[in-house]
Amino acid sequence: MSHYEASIREPLVLGDKTYHDITEDIAKPIEGAANKNWYIAFYISLAAMLWGFGCIFYTVGTGIGVWGLNKNIGWAWDITNFVWWVGIGHAGTLISAVLLLFRQKWRMAINRSAEAMTIFAVFQAGLFPIIHMGRPWNAYWVLPLPNQFGSLWVNFNSPLLWDVFAISTYLSVSLVFWWTGLLPDFAMIRDRAVKPFQKKIYALLSFGWSGRAKDWQRFEEVSLVLAGLATPLVLSVHTIVSMDFATSINPGWHSTIFPPYFVAGAIFSGFAMVQTLLGIMRKVTNLEDYITRMHIEYMNMVIILTGGIVAVAYATEFFIAWYTGSPYENYTYLSVGAATGPYWWAFWSLITFNIVIPQLLWIKKFRRSFMITFIISIAINIGMWFERFDIIAIVLSKGHLPSTWWRFEPTFVDVGIFIGTIGFFFVLFLLYARTFPVIAQAEVKTILKSSGEFYKKRREQGIPTKPEIIVTDISAITGRSDNNLNG
Amino acid sequence: METSKVIHAFYTDDEVLLDAVKAVKAEHHHIEEVFCPFPVHGLDKAMGLAPTRIAITAFFYGVTGLAFAIWMTNYIMIEDWPMDIGGKPSFSWIENMPAFVPIMFELTVFFAAHLMVITFYMRSRIWPFKDAENPDPRTTDDHFLMEIPVHNNEEALTSLLAKTGAVEINIVDKH
Repeated sequence: MSHYEASIREPLVLGDKTYHDITEDIAKPIEGAANKNWYIAFYISLAAMLWGFGCIFYTVGTGIGVWGLNKNIGWAWDITNFVWWVGIGHAGTLISAVLLLFRQKWRMAINRSAEAMTIFAVFQAGLFPIIHMGRPWNAYWVLPLPNQFGSLWVNFNSPLLWDVFAISTYLSVSLVFWWTGLLPDFAMIRDRAVKPFQKKIYALLSFGWSGRAKDWQRFEEVSLVLAGLATPLVLSVHTIVSMDFATSINPGWHSTIFPPYFVAGAIFSGFAMVQTLLGIMRKVTNLEDYITRMHIEYMNMVIILTGGIVAVAYATEFFIAWYTGSPYENYTYLSVGAATGPYWWAFWSLITFNIVIPQLLWIKKFRRSFMITFIISIAINIGMWFERFDIIAIVLSKGHLPSTWWRFEPTFVDVGIFIGTIGFFFVLFLLYARTFPVIAQAEVKTILKSSGEFYKKRREQGIPTKPEIIVTDISAITGRSDNNLNG
Repeated sequence: METSKVIHAFYTDDEVLLDAVKAVKAEHHHIEEVFCPFPVHGLDKAMGLAPTRIAITAFFYGVTGLAFAIWMTNYIMIEDWPMDIGGKPSFSWIENMPAFVPIMFELTVFFAAHLMVITFYMRSRIWPFKDAENPDPRTTDDHFLMEIPVHNNEEALTSLLAKTGAVEINIVDKH
C-alpha cells in the first residue's frame, strides 16, 4: 500500500481536505485582497528599508568613517549583520534539502517559505561586504577577471574570497532550487487565474509547466540531486564564513571548532527565524491546517538539538580560554574577562538568550505553544546576533598591547543600516506572501493520503484510501467537445 | 500538420489513475501522455517510461566544474602571476591545493546544479515565455488526464476507460 503511514504519527494536514481544497487554500492569499494588517506591516517595513537605504547612501557618499569603527575594531556591526543574515538563511536549505534526503514529510508545508527566507536573508547578508568596500561600484573586483586595475588577480588563498564563491554559489543554487519547485505551483495559479493580466504573469513565472509524467519524473530526480548538492553546500557556506575568523591568528578567533559550531549556530538561528515568520504567516494567510502544532514542535526539536551543540561549543571555548592560562585568552568573547569586563552586558545577553531561554523548549507544553515558541524564537534571534557581535567586538576590543584597547560604539548609521536590512527583508517576505504560493501545494498533495487527518482516520476504520470506482453510463461521461482550453 | 484524434480521459484520484494506466497498458494501447497535478509514484514505470538520466549528467557537469576550478587556480595563482603571500610562495599547485579546496568544491556544486537544471529545462521544454501545453487547466489542480491516440477504436477505448473509473472522457482533434 503506497499511502501507508503509522497511525501513531500525528496528521500533517488537518481537516477534511481534498486535493481541490489544497489548491483553494493555497491560492486564496494570492487571489484575495490584502488585509489591513498586511498594509501596516508592509509600510513599517518599507519605511525601515528606506531609512536603511538612506544610511547606505550616506555611508557611500561620505565614507566608512560614518560608522563607529576605529583603528582597532575594523569590523563590527557590518560583519556581525553579515554573519547573522547568512546564518538565518541556513534553515531554509536545511528544511528543503537535508529533510528531503531524510524523507521528512513535515518539511513540505514549510520548505517554500523557509527557502524564500533563505534567499531574502542572503540578499541582506550580501549587502554588507559590498557596502563595507566603501566603493561598491568596484564590487566586481572580487571576481577573477583579467584586468589592469592593479590587483591583477584575486587571491585564492584568502577565506574572504572563498566567501565570495560560497555565498554566490549558495544564493544562485538556492534560487534555482526554489524556482524549480515553484513551477508546478505557479502553473496551478496560472490555470485558475481569471484576470488576463494575472494569467499572463503566472504563465511567464511558470515557464509553461505542463505536468507531463516525464516532467514529473525529471522534476523528482532534479529535486533529489539538488538536495544532495545543497546539503554539503549549506554546510560549506557557514564553514567558510567561520574561516574568515578561524584562519586568523587572533586569540578567540583562531579556533578549530569554529566551522561545526558556526554551522550549528546558523541552523539554530535560521529555525528561530522560520518560527518567527511562520508563526505570523500561518495566521494571516489562514493556513493553520497546513502549518500545524506538529510542525512547530518538530522545528523546536531541531532548535533544541542545534542549541545544545552551540551551548557545548560555548562551554568548550570558555574552558579552553581558561585552561590555556594565557592572559590574552582572557580577553576572548567567552572568558571570565568578557563576563566581567566592559562588555559584560553583551556576554550575558548571549548566555541568557542563546543558552538559558531555549532550554524552556524541553517542556512539551512550551514546545507545542505558538505564543511561547514565538517569544523564544525572537530571543534566539537576538542571542545569535549577540554571539556574532561578541565574537567580533569583544575579541577586537582588547589586543595584545594596552594601546589597542579600544571599544566600539555604533553610530546611528550602523544601527540604521541594520534596521534597513530588517525592513528590506520583511518587504520582500511580505510581497512574497501575497504573490507566491507559500506552500508547495503539489508536494503537499502527495502526502495528503498518507498524512492527512481525514485519510488517517479512515485508514484506522479500515477504509482504503483508494475511492471505489463508480462506473456510470458511458454516454454521461463521454463528450466529443474540443476542450483544448490551454492551446 | 495532420490532425489526429485522441481520447482525453480524466481521473480525480492518483491510485485510480495508476490502476487505469496499468489496465490500458495491459490491453496494449499506447498512452501518449499523462498530465498530473503532482508526482504519482510508480506512474513512469506503469507507463513504461525510461528512467531519467539527468542525475548522470549532473555528475559529469560536476566533474567539469572541478576540472575548471583546478585549471583556474593553477593558471591564476601558479602560472600567470605567482605571489609570495604570508611567506607561503606559490610555485606548485599541489602544495597550495589545500587552500583551493573550498573553491574546487564550490565550483563543482555550481556547475553540477546549474547545468543540470538548465538541462532539465531544455529537455522538458520549460523556459520563460513558453506556453503551457496541458490540454485542460484542471490538470494542475486535482484532475489527471490520460491522452490515448485513437485509431478507429473509440468504442473499445471508451468502454475500457469508463470501467477504470474515468470521470470524463472526451474525443479531441489534436492539431
